[in-house]
Amino acid sequence: MVPRTTRRSIVALGAGGLALSLALAGCSAGDSESDGGAVELSFLVDNGESTVATAEALADAFHEENPDITITVETRPQGADGDNVVKTRLATGEMADLFQYNSGSLLQALNPDQTLVNIADEAYVDKLDENFIKSVATDDGVYGVPMGQSMAGAMLYNKDIYADLGLEIPESWDEFIANSEAIKEAGVAAPIVQTYGDTWTSQLFVLGDFNNVLAEDPDWAEKYTNNQAKYVDQPAFAGFEHLQAAYDAGLFNEDFASATYADGVSMVATGEGAHYPMLTFAASQLATTNPEAADTVGSFPIPGDDASTFGLTVWMPTYTVFVPQSTEGAKLDAAKQFLEFLTTPEACDIESEANAPQGPFVVEGCSLPDDVPAMVSDLQPYFDDGKTNLALEFLSPIKGPALEQITVAVGSGITSAADGASQYDEDVKKQAQQLGIEGW
Amino acid sequence: MTTVTAAGRTATGSDATSPPTTRKRKPMKSPYPSWFFIPAGVFYVVLFLIPTIASFYFSLTRWTLFDVEFIGFDNFVRFFQEPQLVTGFVNTFIYAFLTSGAKVVLGLLFGVLLSSQIIGRGFLRATIFFPVLVSTIGVGILFKVLMDPFDGPINQTLAVVGIQGPAWLTDPSIALLSVALVDIWKGVGLATLIYIAGMVAIPQEYFEAAKVDGAGAWNNFRHITLPLLRPATVTVVLLSLIGGLRSFDLIWAMTGGGPGFTSDVLASVIYKQYQAGFFGLSTAGNVVLFVVVAAIIFPLSWWLNRKEADQ
Repeated sequence: MVPRTTRRSIVALGAGGLALSLALAGCSAGDSESDGGAVELSFLVDNGESTVATAEALADAFHEENPDITITVETRPQGADGDNVVKTRLATGEMADLFQYNSGSLLQALNPDQTLVNIADEAYVDKLDENFIKSVATDDGVYGVPMGQSMAGAMLYNKDIYADLGLEIPESWDEFIANSEAIKEAGVAAPIVQTYGDTWTSQLFVLGDFNNVLAEDPDWAEKYTNNQAKYVDQPAFAGFEHLQAAYDAGLFNEDFASATYADGVSMVATGEGAHYPMLTFAASQLATTNPEAADTVGSFPIPGDDASTFGLTVWMPTYTVFVPQSTEGAKLDAAKQFLEFLTTPEACDIESEANAPQGPFVVEGCSLPDDVPAMVSDLQPYFDDGKTNLALEFLSPIKGPALEQITVAVGSGITSAADGASQYDEDVKKQAQQLGIEGW
Repeated sequence: MTTVTAAGRTATGSDATSPPTTRKRKPMKSPYPSWFFIPAGVFYVVLFLIPTIASFYFSLTRWTLFDVEFIGFDNFVRFFQEPQLVTGFVNTFIYAFLTSGAKVVLGLLFGVLLSSQIIGRGFLRATIFFPVLVSTIGVGILFKVLMDPFDGPINQTLAVVGIQGPAWLTDPSIALLSVALVDIWKGVGLATLIYIAGMVAIPQEYFEAAKVDGAGAWNNFRHITLPLLRPATVTVVLLSLIGGLRSFDLIWAMTGGGPGFTSDVLASVIYKQYQAGFFGLSTAGNVVLFVVVAAIIFPLSWWLNRKEADQ
């Protein structure tokens, strides 16, 4: 649920109107069936600027290679409102011919076996990373291909501040707090940036800590799915605990309650803030608002209590493309052709160009361009050393929907870490029951 | 009400001696043939009756839109265990009674002002009614910007005169009150309009008689205007209370129930369950909301109207 791009109300409002008109246009275009072999496909993506740009660039390139297939990009809102649109359109059989959605636990909530086209037998699936396949598969099938790179939930930091104060990258939570206190003392910047104006940004302390959870207990995800491991207990409780500790120590920026995701990225870029726990898809936000800071904003894993297990929590590509079962006949063939196109190096290059890379590709034969921003190149050593773990949402189908409100409450000092964790356990239980998972 | 219909029936019915209760189910002779009702009846059944019955059924299921599993009253049990529900309930009542009360008092004051002989009365009446016409979401987004604790025009204006404005929407203790304030601003125009209509309907003779008896302004207001405005007050109270209890759009646009869960109301708790895909649970929440609103409004309406009939 966390991997979401910015939600700026006013832009969203305009884009919402645009989405509506596009959707209407899409309907009328889609209804005029293929004549003489020409196929028109509709492609529903979220209305994030970078998503739309990437989708359109891919659609154009694909059309050039296959002149008789035209893909029209439609948009939907981001966040929970967008989830609603996708679920409702799937349930009513009104889904676009292709659509972009999240992999992992959000995908599981779509009931893919009954709503999506299974692509397990297609040859191009073999080119995909094993971890990625896990994130788009059920016991009965494989459903999506990536439209972008993987990324990490990391601590973005301002390299200039670290250089000026002579700080080292912290490998444990205590070192991290010591660094933050030093920054606070120096008075140069807000030690840790939090941006609860966009509530989803509050989850990183918990979700990004998952590498440390797995380091402590490699079977935690499985136990969690089977109702045997809880957030109120260690090692998973540490995420909530750290969030409360950071608030209690007064390390947040003054306007943490109202600042937005875009504000947060700018603050680390300009040196108003020193650390910002965030997904590295922030690279595209940074490229839009503060391109000059591409080499200033670095990243390191969110540290846990044990320095020896310091490593990255990795997210599979959030932009994943699926075909609903309502797509049939010639349209289905064309849609599958587009999925195959997405697994070519050519498509990967278009993605890198349309949108700042946020991490390594998960498609065989694809590589990043040389000039990636520092926050992405900083990740590479951890991938090379194998010091990575997947985020929980790719290892378990269960993700409680209220986490973002709970972490805002903990991070604002409204709720204690213990209460927040137990509220989240209840939320998880609700989701597990809704998904019909055994043992709940 | 019953006396009127009973009298009507006996007047038209053939058997005037039988007690009205036994004839209650028999409709009075209609001027229309039965087929005349079919179009309205079909729409009523399809659009209102079936969904209502279906919602009671779905509130007893775990429903994913794709399949349905009957789970008895589990949804209701779970709904009442929601951590934010207790806050939600309390907040709903605070919000409803606060906005309703303020709209009655302010509406009455504005009503008195705007039904008097003042310059530009038509313009002033239109002005107070404008916020009612504006989209609630638009108002919400606008005030979210205005009430920003650091860059918002409200706090910047306060800073000019040396006051440090509060964090309107992000301080957990006042977020709900800030939203209520905007709700009052937006809704008071309708209350004022109802009061103006009520005041215009008061015959001038009463005031003339009072003048002969030597009554002053306060006595006029206290003993003529206020009692005769009772029907208007009842309307304002009921409308604004129902509106307040099921209020959602303004809260959602301004705080999203936050920070955390501190400004959640019943309707926003329900909406969040829908968003998360808990369709059965949220339908159960709506049934609860229906019962709560009914449990407050029916007795209140009965009480207010009885008082009126007594006078």
